[in-house]
Order: sequence, then C-alpha cells, then structure tokens
Amino acid sequence: MPAEAVRMEGIVKRFPGVVANAGIDFSLHWGEVHGLLGENGAGKTVLMSILYGLYQPNQGRIFFRGKETKIRSPHVAIQLGIGMVHQHFMLVPRLTVLENMAVGWEPRIGPLLDRRAMRRRIESLISDYGLEVDPDARVEELSVGEQQRVEILKALYRGAEVLILDEPTAVLVEQEVEALFSTVRALKEQGKAVVFITHKLHEALEICDRITVLRRGKNVGTLPASEATEERLAEMMVGREVVFTVTPEPVSSQGQVLLSVEGLQARDDRGVPAVRGVSFEVYDHEILGIAGVQGNGQKELVEAIAGLRQPTGGRVRVGERELTGQSPSKLAAQGLVHIPEDRHLRGLILTFSVEENAVLGRHRQPRFAVGPWAQRRRAIRIYAQELVERFSVSVPSLSAPVRTLSGGNQQRLILARELSRDPQVIVAVQPTRGLDVGGMEFVWEQFLEARRNGAGILLVSMDLDEVMMLADRIAVMYQGEIVAVVRRGEATKRELGLLMLRGKGAVD
Amino acid sequence: MRWIRETGPVVGAITLALGVGAIVTALTGYSVPQVFRHLAVGAFGDWYRLAQTLTQATPIIFTSLSFLIAFRAGLFNIGAEGQLYMGAFFAAWAGFSFQLPPVLHPIVCLLFGAAAGAVWGFIPGWLRAKRGANEFVTTMMLSYVAINFTSWLVAPGGPFHGTAWANQTVRIATSAQFPRLLRGAQLSWGLIVGVLVAFLVWYLLFRTPRGYELRAVGQNPLAAEYGGINVTRNMILALTLAGALAGMGGAAETLGTHRRFIELFSPGYGWDGIAGGLIARAHPLGAILAAVMMGALRAGGQAVDRAGVAPADLAAVIQGLVILFVVAPELIRYFRRLVRRKKLGDIEL
Ligand SMILES: Nc1ncnc2c1ncn2[C@@H]1O[C@H](COP(=O)(O)OP(=O)(O)OP(=O)(O)O)[C@@H](O)[C@H]1O
Ligand SMILES: [Mg+2]
Repeated sequence: MPAEAVRMEGIVKRFPGVVANAGIDFSLHWGEVHGLLGENGAGKTVLMSILYGLYQPNQGRIFFRGKETKIRSPHVAIQLGIGMVHQHFMLVPRLTVLENMAVGWEPRIGPLLDRRAMRRRIESLISDYGLEVDPDARVEELSVGEQQRVEILKALYRGAEVLILDEPTAVLVEQEVEALFSTVRALKEQGKAVVFITHKLHEALEICDRITVLRRGKNVGTLPASEATEERLAEMMVGREVVFTVTPEPVSSQGQVLLSVEGLQARDDRGVPAVRGVSFEVYDHEILGIAGVQGNGQKELVEAIAGLRQPTGGRVRVGERELTGQSPSKLAAQGLVHIPEDRHLRGLILTFSVEENAVLGRHRQPRFAVGPWAQRRRAIRIYAQELVERFSVSVPSLSAPVRTLSGGNQQRLILARELSRDPQVIVAVQPTRGLDVGGMEFVWEQFLEARRNGAGILLVSMDLDEVMMLADRIAVMYQGEIVAVVRRGEATKRELGLLMLRGKGAVD
Repeated sequence: MRWIRETGPVVGAITLALGVGAIVTALTGYSVPQVFRHLAVGAFGDWYRLAQTLTQATPIIFTSLSFLIAFRAGLFNIGAEGQLYMGAFFAAWAGFSFQLPPVLHPIVCLLFGAAAGAVWGFIPGWLRAKRGANEFVTTMMLSYVAINFTSWLVAPGGPFHGTAWANQTVRIATSAQFPRLLRGAQLSWGLIVGVLVAFLVWYLLFRTPRGYELRAVGQNPLAAEYGGINVTRNMILALTLAGALAGMGGAAETLGTHRRFIELFSPGYGWDGIAGGLIARAHPLGAILAAVMMGALRAGGQAVDRAGVAPADLAAVIQGLVILFVVAPELIRYFRRLVRRKKLGDIEL
C-alpha cells in the first residue's frame, strides 16, 4: 500500500445558492497521477482550491502526510509543499521567467536577491523535468505552452511535492501535450503526487494511475485507470451514455458566399505583420475549419474579421456587404457572431451578473431596452433564464456574478448567448474549450444544426480531431498564410499535422 | 444581507478610525471625552447644527457622484473642484443676468451650472479618448485653470467684480434662489436636489443601457468592445457627466448657500468628493451617506476648534484618519486590480 500524501474527508463547501462540494472523500498517494473528472460545475476546481487554501471548507478534514492540517491560505499550502497551476495563468507578462519566479519568493543573501543560486536551481529543474523554457525570456513573448511550463516551474521551485494541474491540456496543442506528459511522468518517478483535472478522457486514461469522478459535488467513484474505459468514465460522469463523435450529414450548399475574406492583412500587438494576405470564402451550409499551430496568425485573423482589430489591407464581406474593419455591432447586424478565444478577456464581464452578460451585445435591442434610458429588466431576466436552461448552464443564480461560474459554465454562457442570435455566419475559436463530454456533444450538434439551417461557420481550433470531424473543408494556416485547403477526408491527420508544422515545405 | 455585507466593513473602518483618533487625542494631551463630545454635538447637537452639517454635505453629495460616475467607467476625475467652480460661476451668471419666474429660474441656473461643469469634464474626456492623455493629470490641471479663471472674473478690474468689499459677483435674483429649509440656517433645497440627483445617477448606472455600457467599459473594456460598445465615446460621456454633476454642486452652492459667486468659496468640496465616492464604494446612494459623514466631520471639527478644546489641526487629523481608514482598503483593492489586469488573467473557477 503506497503512502498517502493527502486525504480529504467529507469535504463540504457551500456558496450562496449552490453546494459545490457535498461531502467529498478524496485520497492522493505519493508517486501517483490522480485524474479528477466530472461535468462542468461538478466541483473539481473548488475541491482542489480547498486543498490549495484558496477556500475554507464548511465541513470536512484534510490530512497531509497523515496529519490533520488546516490549510488557511495558499501561502500555507505552498509551505506544506502543495502547488497549483490554474487554467488561467497568474504570471506578470512584462517580467522575465526568472523574475516571475522571484516574485514573493526571493532567495536572499542579506538584503540582496541571490540571483545566481536561483538561476542554478531553476536550470536544474528545467533539465530534470524537461520543462524547456528560456529563463531570461519575457513571459509576454512565450507561447501558452511555455507559460504553463513556467507556472509548473514556479510551483516546483517553491518546493511543491503535490502538484495540482487544473485542465492543463485545454490550452495545449498535441505536441505540447506530449511534452507535458513526459514532465508529469518525471514528477511521478520522483515520487511526487500529481492531480490532473481534464475533460479529455483519453488523456486521463493515458497519464493517470487512478481516476476519481465527481458528479454534482459528490465522489461517485475512484478506480484504477487500468480498469477504466472512456465509456465507463463518461457514464459515471454524466449518468448516461455519451457519444464522442458526431457525423455531419451531407447537405448541399447553394453556393452562396456568406463570408468572404480577400487578401486580408493584419498586424499583431507588437506591430509585426501576422496575417499576410489571407483569402477564403465560407459558403452557406458549410463549416470551414482553420487548423494551425497557435501563434500562426489565427488570433489576428479572427479579430480582423470580427471588427476587433483594424486590418492593414484586404477586404471582408459578410453576405453582400463589405464590412472591412467595421465595428462588432455592425457585423452583428449582418448576422455574424463571434465566439472569442479568451472568455475572460473578451467574452464576459466577470463582475457582471449572468443576466447582464446574457445580453452583452444585444443590450440595446428593442427587445431588451426602451431607447437608451430604460432597460426591460423582465425581458432580460426571462431571456437569461431561457439561455441557461437551453444550454444547461449551471449558475448559482441569475444575479450572481459570472466570476462565480465554473470555467465550463462560463463557456456555455457565451455559446448560449451567441448561438441564440440566429446567426448567418459563426466565427468560433476553440468553442468547446473547457466543456465536458456532454457539453461538447451538445455544441457540435448545435453547429451542425446551424449548418443544416444554412449558416456558414468558420471554426478555428487547435484540436485537429475536432476540425477534422466537423469541417467540410480545412484551411491550414502557417506563418500568417493559408498554405493548403483540403476537403473532408482528403488528407490524413498526419498530413495535416505536417502542414501545420512546416507549411508548404511539408508537401515537397 | 448584501447591504450589511457592503456597509459592514465601512462602519467598522469608521469605528476603528475614531478609536485611533481617540488615542492620538490622548497622546497629544487633549481630553478625549471633551473633543469627541464637541465633535458629535457640533455635528448633530441641535437642529441648527444638523442643518450646518447637511449644508456642508450638499456639495459633497454632488462631487462624490461626480467622482464615482467616472470611476465606474474606469476613469479618475480628480478635477471636481474646478468643475464645481465653473458650475458655481455660470449658475450665478444665469442668476443675475436673466429674469425668469421663480421655479423656472433656479432650474435654468442649475442647467447652466451643469453645462459649464460638463464642458470642463468633456475636455479631459476627449483628450483621453482621442489622444490618450491621462485624465488624472488633465482634470487636475484644468481644475486650477477653473479656479484661477473664476477668481479673475470677480477680481477688481475683472468683468464681474460685483461689490467693493469682496471679490464676488452681485447677488443673484431672488427668483433664482433655492428656498431655505430652516430659518436662520443656510441649508437649502440644494440638499433635496442632491438626493434626487443621487437617485437619478443610481437609475442611470443600474437601470439603463447607457449605464450598462458605462460600467462595462469600466469593468472590462475589451469585452465591452466585443459587445459592440463604443469605448471611447463612453469615456467621453463618463467624464462629461462627471463634470456636469460637480458643476451642479457648484450651482447648488451659489443658489442655496451664498446666493452669489464668491472667489475661492470652496473649502475643498471637490477633493472631499474623491473620498466620498470611495467611501460610498462608488454607489450613488452610498454617496449620500458618505457626504453626510464628511459634512459632519467638517462641522464637528469646526465646533471643536471654536470651543477651544483642541486646535483645528486635531480635528483635521481625525477627519484624515476616517478617510484614510475607509478609503485605503478600497484604493489598495483598486490598484491590485489594475496590476492583476496587467497580468494574464484571473483565477479559473
Ligand atoms: N466563488 C463562488 N461563488 C459561488 N459559487 C461558486 C463559486 N465558485 C464556484 N462556485 C460554484 O460551485 C460549483 C462547482 O464549481 P467548480 O468550479 O468546482 O466546477 P468544475 O468542476 O471545476 O467545473 P468546470 O469543468 O466547468 O471547470 C459551480 O456550480 C459554481 O458555480
Ligand atoms: Mg474548473
């Protein structure tokens, strides 16, 4: 019997309007990777936040190394050797990797920062765990995957023996996932304990030793990964069978161009050209997928289309209208909706209530307002209620700030809001990020339904499986250009992967 | 429930500040019971004193609203003092230049005051939105411009120098004056107008699409832009409204308290509005309470000084402590949020 690192007993955590954890038992062994699965809002993040000292449980006890322990703050947790990497990182973009590590945790010689000792320690951590990153690079210059490595490094540097990773793979591309897995395996070999929260069942099966499934704040079972299958896990999570793939039925396009992009150019935040003459059309009854490794201009492309970034050249048409560089409200008036990549940065106002967020972008429409000087509060409330029900967004209450929603439920709220606008054109970036298996299935079906009804969809995703499953055509973006467009089934995953990594050179 | 959660810490902070004030009083060798009795009696002792407190609270209601409406949109209006002066002067000008029937006349004067303040808010708003000029600096600079400009207007040789014995305009017409609420006290209808305006600002912020947009821009400009909200226009609007509110405060002073424009009439009501707005946690109805508290501290402090139990400085220290204790956590929270916004995001829940 391996020694227990952490045991949580009967953890109860209530928030106004919800019971996030309803008496959860959870145990974590040294030298294991423990998967934590469950639907959106099941209580995974809250449970781990309690272990990390961010929340105090209403009831229940925590044993650390066999001793009952009160974890009053993250500071206490860090001193005990518990580290947590949140899905949204907490780094200071302007500082270097090294400086970020030092924030609040400086080794000192007298009053001076002992940079040399720090660098040595970090360099050895980097090589021990394969956390490749340049200690002197500024965080703002790093890719998401690298930033995640910095967060892990930070936790290890602070002496983490227990490491909690909250949906670490949601932001990673496949190659990065591989790298993360080898880091996790190295941690395990060192005898550390890792909690791995994910919605991707195959990942859980691959990397975890044991898996615990939460449902509605309760532990419905802990089992060895060797005894688990995707079907069984999904069934435990949702309480019913779940399909993992959908098949778009053949529909015939009328050949009507709904979104046309011609020679579009745009610069990134630093002023470097990021979109370099991109052209494509999205037809009615069609899903056009854009595949590519993150940072190849997809973000700028989408923003330039959606009116959030001024293009430096080229044209954007929605239906018959030219709308290059027009405001989001003009685009919305032509039936274009945008599901943004970053829900905290763009998609939601975290301090606003569920109701208020439900009408963001439509708050001026006659349905919800009488001119600029009065809101129709009842209509807003009823509408928010509808959205929440139709998309199964679990919320503490309609007037609760969306900050208190679980990550996946925040994403559902955005999807609910945008897809309920009866769009002609949908520009969606990573629409299923952070959703549970049931949620993904639902969103895919919504997309296919929109397609059946004649909408044109531009689907930007780093998840190649998702793009290959849904898209009628796939455009591969590489270094700001579209290097290939293939029809469904015309290219294998491997071929697409090569195109994404090397651009046109891959074909030669 | 929510009400208690929000006001609880404020009440706690005030109590704590008064406690520390008591310690300071004792340490400096003055009698704690005497000083605090005079503070309380001076502020609330009888109808006349209460009226005095409310008279001083009146302009602070307006300047607090001015500060908080900009704050809600993510902007700092540090220039309420100057906007107050602009409003006070132009209300006076409309008061002695026009001949209008009683009820209409003060309304027109109030609108003139609001418009003058609005111009003084619009300029920094426009500079911020179009040129990126920091409103913190521009509102403050314009504030000094306004104070000096209005002083010049009523100085000897200035165009509106109205009386030989002081730098002030002539009296405004009787028809323009706000009626007094209590015989022998300066307290006027200005207070009632202030309370009404506070409710209006509350309605604007929390019950209209305009207010929704203003707050959205303050909370998350990127999401606001995504939601089709014109960020720069709302910045201009917020500072213009802030100026208008402070301008109305100046107008209320002219119409109700002084009945003319007097140079340098304000003992710092504009600055009190910053503290008032923060103490109110940027809530318009809280601004009424915060302003009364600030007014009480002013009136009580004057009473302590007059009674000779302690110098005015000590009263000022106690005032300062209250403001510091209530405002400091709010400011720290605000700056933390700024810093955090610069980092990559928030905690994922
Ligand atoms: N600070 C809070 N205030 C109120 N309710 C909260 C708060 N934090 C979490 N909740 C609620 O607790 C429940 C569990 O949330 P939690 O974040 O643990 O879900 P999760 O399992 O991590 O889901 P996801 O997969 O979507 O991230 C949710 O219903 C959420 O709305
Ligand atoms: Mg979560």
